[in-house]
Amino acid sequence: MDSLCRLVLICFFFVCALSVFPVHAQENPYFVAYDHYLEEPGNLEIEYFSTVGTQRGGNNFHAFWAEFEYGATAWWTTELYLDGQSTFNDSIIFTGFRWENRFRVLKREHFINPVFYVEYENKNGADKILKEGEGHDVESDFLVSNAEARKEHIHEIELKLILSSTFKGWNFTENTLAAKNLSNSPWEFGYALGASRPLALKAAAKRCTFCRQNFIGGVEMYGGLGDRHSFGLHDTAHYLAPVLGWNLPSGWTLRISPGLGLNDNSHQVLMRWGVSREITGFGSMVSRLFGGRK
Amino acid sequence: MKALAAALAVCASLLSVSIVLAQSPNSGKPPADAAPKYDPAIYVELQKAPEKARNRPNPLQNDPDAVAAGAILFEQHCAECHGKSAEGSRKAPSLRASEVQSVTPGTLFWLVTNGVVRKKMPVWSKLPEPQRWQLVRYIKSLGSAHSAESPTTKP
Repeated sequence: MDSLCRLVLICFFFVCALSVFPVHAQENPYFVAYDHYLEEPGNLEIEYFSTVGTQRGGNNFHAFWAEFEYGATAWWTTELYLDGQSTFNDSIIFTGFRWENRFRVLKREHFINPVFYVEYENKNGADKILKEGEGHDVESDFLVSNAEARKEHIHEIELKLILSSTFKGWNFTENTLAAKNLSNSPWEFGYALGASRPLALKAAAKRCTFCRQNFIGGVEMYGGLGDRHSFGLHDTAHYLAPVLGWNLPSGWTLRISPGLGLNDNSHQVLMRWGVSREITGFGSMVSRLFGGRK
Repeated sequence: MKALAAALAVCASLLSVSIVLAQSPNSGKPPADAAPKYDPAIYVELQKAPEKARNRPNPLQNDPDAVAAGAILFEQHCAECHGKSAEGSRKAPSLRASEVQSVTPGTLFWLVTNGVVRKKMPVWSKLPEPQRWQLVRYIKSLGSAHSAESPTTKP
């Protein structure tokens, strides 16, 4: 109970601390798919996400992760993830970290905008955040107990090609994934597709919390495509998930997405939600701390 | 617990490296309290707008709410770098300068849409088109009268 109180207090002070920073937000609603918009240079976005998943033949789980997304330049965003999960009637464990980088390839806006993505993952076998669908990952892989699953250490490189377009207020994005476990496993493949649009395209002439332009709705679909030895849809899991993002004028962004498994290899339901806050000028603030320019 | 501490340390280190790398090209700039000065060359990107883009009229030119809406969008997305009154800062140039105010709305729209990615101006096509036009209306409403007298906009 003490540790729970401590956690609540830490979260409370964290929220208070974030509230004093200048903010802006215009975030997409996706959980898995990426579009071609990178973090603005010098800004830090802090995000928390949760996924509650159903598990046939085993215990349901709650996987959670924190993201620290920093705009290094207008063409490079770097991001760190800390992942954990709690399997009901089992245990709560930290499952690893990821370091992700996204690079904008073209300097101007085009009909299709490519972004190159490279990520290093250092996690254990109990990781359940399902941030992407890859290879032959299926629901039954999650039946292993945490104590057993965490014994497996995974060092993985993940590459993505993100192709994203914006047309008449709609964003359409297609992500192709190739991942390689560095311990002599074959390349695995996956995909994610997304479409989203703000509920209103024009901004209101007054500040408002519930204006339609603050809400972005859409849908995403993702799943695995097998591996180098058996490429294709057999023995793969696929999901379809409506997504809704709400950009509050206070700078917070809330997201929610009820994901549905599309075949027998998928979890039946993946209920996701998340909260994020962007701190503008974070790079300058840090620079000033060390005696840099204002 | 050790793994968590190690991961946190790695995260902090990587973030620090990114921040330092992102800031270092500007470390040779003048002291913080000096007024920002702009080389007119900084506005040269405006001249790169294709003719078709330059000639696009603002569809919200007669929208009575466009300037007010644009002002809110400017505060949310642009003021951090261009200054609260668009007077410019160390991060980004003044938008009251005659170089900006003299171009067509279509040129400004093109620049907002495409950004100047190599010079830290992000792509703003994530704002829907009508919002970008509202921003353009607001920027054009600022006029260049201040810039002629302001030391901050002179090279």
